[in-house]
Amino acid sequence: MSDRDVATQGPSGLSLFLYKTKKSFGTPMPYLAFVGIGLWLFTYWLLNEQLKISPFNKIPGPAEVLTEWFSQDPIWGTSLFTEDYWQNIKASCLRILIAFSLATGLGVPLGLFMGWSKKFKDYTFPVLELLRPIPILAWVPLSIVMFQSFEAPILFLATLASFFVTTLNTMLGVQSIDESYFRAAGCLGSKRRHVFIHVVLPGSLPFVFTGLQISIGVAWFSLVAAEMISGEFGLGYMINASYMVNKYVTMVMAMLTLGFVGWITSAMVRAAGSQMMQWREKALGQGGA
Amino acid sequence: MNTASAQANSTSSADAATKGAISIRNVTKIYDPDGVNVLAVEDCSIEIAPGEVCMIVGPSGCGKTTLLNAIAGFHSITSGQIDLDGEMLCGPGKPLADQGADRVVVFQNGALFPWKTLADNVAYGPIVQGTMTKAEAYGKAVDMLAEAGLSGVAGKYPGEVSSGMARRAEIVRALINDPKVLLLDEPYRAMDALTKSIMHESLLEVYDRTKVTIFFITHDLEEAIFLGDRVIVMTTRPARTKKIVDVKIERPRDYRLLSSEEFRVLVEETKGAVHEEAVKAFEAGERELA
Amino acid sequence: MAQATPNTQKSKSRIGKLVSNVTFWRGVVAILVFLALWEIGAQWKGWFGYMMPFVGKVAPPTDVIAIWMEVGQQPGYWLSWWLSSVRVFVGFLAAMIIGIPFGLAMAVNKYFRGIFFPPFEILRPIPPLAWVPASIIFWPTTEMSIMFITFLGAFYTIVINVLGGARSIDVQYLRAAQSMGASQWDLFYKIILPGTLPSIFVGAAVGMGITWEVVLAGEMMSGGGQQGGGGLGFFIWGSYMGGVMDQVIVGMISIGVAGYISSSLIRYLGHVCMPWRRMF
Repeated sequence: MSDRDVATQGPSGLSLFLYKTKKSFGTPMPYLAFVGIGLWLFTYWLLNEQLKISPFNKIPGPAEVLTEWFSQDPIWGTSLFTEDYWQNIKASCLRILIAFSLATGLGVPLGLFMGWSKKFKDYTFPVLELLRPIPILAWVPLSIVMFQSFEAPILFLATLASFFVTTLNTMLGVQSIDESYFRAAGCLGSKRRHVFIHVVLPGSLPFVFTGLQISIGVAWFSLVAAEMISGEFGLGYMINASYMVNKYVTMVMAMLTLGFVGWITSAMVRAAGSQMMQWREKALGQGGA
Repeated sequence: MNTASAQANSTSSADAATKGAISIRNVTKIYDPDGVNVLAVEDCSIEIAPGEVCMIVGPSGCGKTTLLNAIAGFHSITSGQIDLDGEMLCGPGKPLADQGADRVVVFQNGALFPWKTLADNVAYGPIVQGTMTKAEAYGKAVDMLAEAGLSGVAGKYPGEVSSGMARRAEIVRALINDPKVLLLDEPYRAMDALTKSIMHESLLEVYDRTKVTIFFITHDLEEAIFLGDRVIVMTTRPARTKKIVDVKIERPRDYRLLSSEEFRVLVEETKGAVHEEAVKAFEAGERELA
Repeated sequence: MAQATPNTQKSKSRIGKLVSNVTFWRGVVAILVFLALWEIGAQWKGWFGYMMPFVGKVAPPTDVIAIWMEVGQQPGYWLSWWLSSVRVFVGFLAAMIIGIPFGLAMAVNKYFRGIFFPPFEILRPIPPLAWVPASIIFWPTTEMSIMFITFLGAFYTIVINVLGGARSIDVQYLRAAQSMGASQWDLFYKIILPGTLPSIFVGAAVGMGITWEVVLAGEMMSGGGQQGGGGLGFFIWGSYMGGVMDQVIVGMISIGVAGYISSSLIRYLGHVCMPWRRMF
């Protein structure tokens, strides 16, 4: 028994990460990735800055973007070292934080109740399904009229998009819980609130986090749209504004930054998910070994 | 009518339990999926004495789980009555029994909460019922897990331990509530023969210690005879009692029994009846309900 | 016996079931309550003198229906439908034609995946809408740039789904086929492709939703010049610019209906292509 304990304890945290990294260098994958990214950048550079083939030369090339990005004294006025670059990132991140928190705070409880109570679902689900097919972008004019301010419509659009995703996934999560857990809870003498806290809540977590992953992507998607159409500051605004004044280098910089920041936020959601679902991590770690 | 005669448990020791008498009388269950009536259980009557190990054997999908679900309060019955210790669980005017910790189920595929450690799982019942404080419940949970040989893994999640350990912990989770009846629904179905035999011995050990009434559903005849005081062979759907076999073998039992003459004779006697029903079920191409 | 009843009777009983179904009626009640609240909220100012926050600025459903009847007789409205549908269809088709082979190739060949997946993953987090200005610069006509971002919207989803679907095929099927003497082409055509179909359809359904979203943005932002104008997105934007708010709502509902019809089409195709599996 004790041997087993030692064996299953295993490495954790940093040492596990280092071990995995070291192991992955034994496979061709990281080298191929290097080749792939290099090849892509090279093609881009070749078509764009070397051969100058139209229409590829209409958008700025990789060398131009990179020098500008890391330049202390940028030609077009924006780089890693200028304040407005960070200001735009901060504005977008703050909006995402507010919208994502609102959507999660509203969507998760709503989804939990919808999955838990058939009656509640019967009354709410049809309305949700009625509104859901309308693309978020179609809400833009209406939200501007409804909220008559700069900030509120943008937040509304980003929240609405991720709200739908979170609610539906949470509901599916509750419905995916195996019936036998409800039965087990019932025959162990649980009251309805115990079932909710000890079965519905933890049991739906895997789906909730899948939903949150999609939800944060969707939030960025609609935030960018909203910022491009109406906004002050923000990465979407930066893209559109620099396009308007022909600062194409800044525009590409903003696009890449957007991809990077979006990727970080979804990695954060994923990390929060595995932190909250230790039971799943551990079981998978054993099964996958 | 197929009434199994009520019968005192003669083989278990004198300190026999006084609680956990189940009386199933003329129970019929009709399912109604998509407007097509399916008769799952028909006019079934079984009397189970306190502290008896009653084994229900039948082909897959014959409706034996329906009986268990009726006792546990998961499904309603169409007619008939089920009593526990003289009190009606379900019957005329109350088709669905209340769920309660006096009848705890151990499920076919295991239903330990995967998001709770084994100790959390075991302590769950007393805590939500309010019968123990948290500290008491955990203390008792750890003790009982140790008794079942699971002290080293009390802090682990079900996904981290073997299925045999998980199943044993699930039985501990049931027993901590001091139930009148333990309802087991083919708990060892997915296990290999070796693990299964270890599980059998540990269940026998638990029974000898607690003398709790056991209602055990299986399709494995040898398992039924090895564990049970009485084996009830059910017909294929609709389920009725086909044959009742009294297993008058001394307890405590162990694996040596499996190679004894009296065990072999009992298996021979019963095999025919089980096989006949299995063939009928196969030809009908029955799929499992529920 | 129930099995003996002919099909017509079965479908009749299905309608009967719907009418006697509690869930159905609760849904009807919920939607009616929603519409009523909207109507009351929007009319509040006219009835009680002061404006409800938010809802008060929205046109009431009765106005929306009235103007829809009017707009429905104008050919321009139906032209918008046509223009948007063509853009969605072209972009979506391109995404399928390029995305499915690309995803399958990544699933089948380790080296191909090793080389092409990382750049794909780097570009994927950039929302398709962020590409709008770049694609307007890049493509010679606005029409083509709208189609390009439409393609991009569906492309990522389809590739990811195809890749995931093809890689999750049980190895046992492949081994079973090999043991019966299947060639490499057989493996691909008879196992990997049908095994990936469910994921392809899931990807297509999600991608279709994104496509409508993106086409709308493209149309709203390109602003309806001589070329690349029109479409439901421009219909909404133009109505907003003209201050006709009830027409904006007509546009919103129209595009919702359009999106719903296209995803139903995909669902139907899924049924037809995968008789062994009911997916939705």
